[in-house]
Amino acid sequence: MNHLNDEQLTDVYYGEPSEHLNACEECRGRLAHLRQLLDAFHEFPIPRRAAGHGAEMWTRVLAKLPPERPKNGWLRWWVLTPALASLLVIAFFIGRVSQTPRAPGISETARERVLLMSLSDHLERSQIVLENVANDEPGSADLADERDRAHELLGANRLLRQTAVRLGDEKDAALLEDLERVLLDVANSPDLARTQRQINQDGLLFKVRVTSVSSRERGEKL
Amino acid sequence: MEWTDAEAAAEARLGNRQAFRVLVERHTAPIFRLAFLMSGNEHDAEDLVQETFLRAYKHFHRFDASKAAVGTWLNRICVNCSLNLIRARKNRREEAPPDEPELNWLEQVAASTPTPERLTQSGQIGAMLGPALNMLTEAERTAFILRHYEGSPMEEIARTLGLKTGAAKQTVFRAVQKLRAALEPAWGGVRR
Repeated sequence: MNHLNDEQLTDVYYGEPSEHLNACEECRGRLAHLRQLLDAFHEFPIPRRAAGHGAEMWTRVLAKLPPERPKNGWLRWWVLTPALASLLVIAFFIGRVSQTPRAPGISETARERVLLMSLSDHLERSQIVLENVANDEPGSADLADERDRAHELLGANRLLRQTAVRLGDEKDAALLEDLERVLLDVANSPDLARTQRQINQDGLLFKVRVTSVSSRERGEKL
Repeated sequence: MEWTDAEAAAEARLGNRQAFRVLVERHTAPIFRLAFLMSGNEHDAEDLVQETFLRAYKHFHRFDASKAAVGTWLNRICVNCSLNLIRARKNRREEAPPDEPELNWLEQVAASTPTPERLTQSGQIGAMLGPALNMLTEAERTAFILRHYEGSPMEEIARTLGLKTGAAKQTVFRAVQKLRAALEPAWGGVRR
């Protein structure tokens, strides 16, 4: 008869069924001993709290909460405006790029400058998300913030990538394609380790940082 | 009418402070217990409970009732806050000059070797368990506390620790083995 090993015995203690136990007195004895030891941990003394502990905690928490938000919907729009605005600007100028003949009123230089500044801004914001994810510890609750941001950045990333392809800028297009894959992963994947590996692969963070700076410099010179 | 947890959480998610208040008052006791077990310190536990609720308020829009009960979600936040505290403490200890020799728990246990009955009767048991828990790594301590005290399923422990379910199960087992090794000299040994 194969007796339960320590791991199986631990599983049984935590509720997994075992038919073997019905037939084996030795394992029942070992389980009783393990139970005696582990049950003792329920005697770990937890300090007692007064009946009003919850109400007292609420007072402490309330004192640290931000002032209540007005319930108007405009506030949400106010928060979303920067992301939305950059997406609209990019979409507008991409529209200009694809139109032939081009609409009068916007010079080639102005269009290029806006696109470069948009690209730089987008890469800068992506860089913050990637750095936060790369440095995150397993199990951190804060990663959800980065997921939301990655999700928001994906729209602009797609538009910028398509523009780079259309303009024949292979280097930027390739970088934006790599970035898009990682942003998608951040937005959707629960596997932090895999995402971190992707970020560290091929020096993506470094490339994003360098391209962000160079795009801004090029834009400012125009 | 009294709100259920799910109703209060749904309201709190929309920014209803009264609903959030219900959750704070209802969950302070279990979160305090978890925070105390994680930190081993009453004062820190109080701060951790406060931090847990402040974080919960800030991130309530992310709470998904279809994925977890609000108590489970709060537990996870509390564990993360506790791990941050433990790491900060560890860093402080590494930076500060040593002032007294490290407590050698195994030597202490071996020297006294009281019977379990005596330990229980004399109330010394709590004094033994604290140092034994302190011997565990962060992950082992977290996994053991969630499994043993909170009755969390392995999948939940795995999510909290960012591990696969099998690895989380191994972590609980390692913790139990270490605790057995530390306590068995006083317990008289487990038959194998």
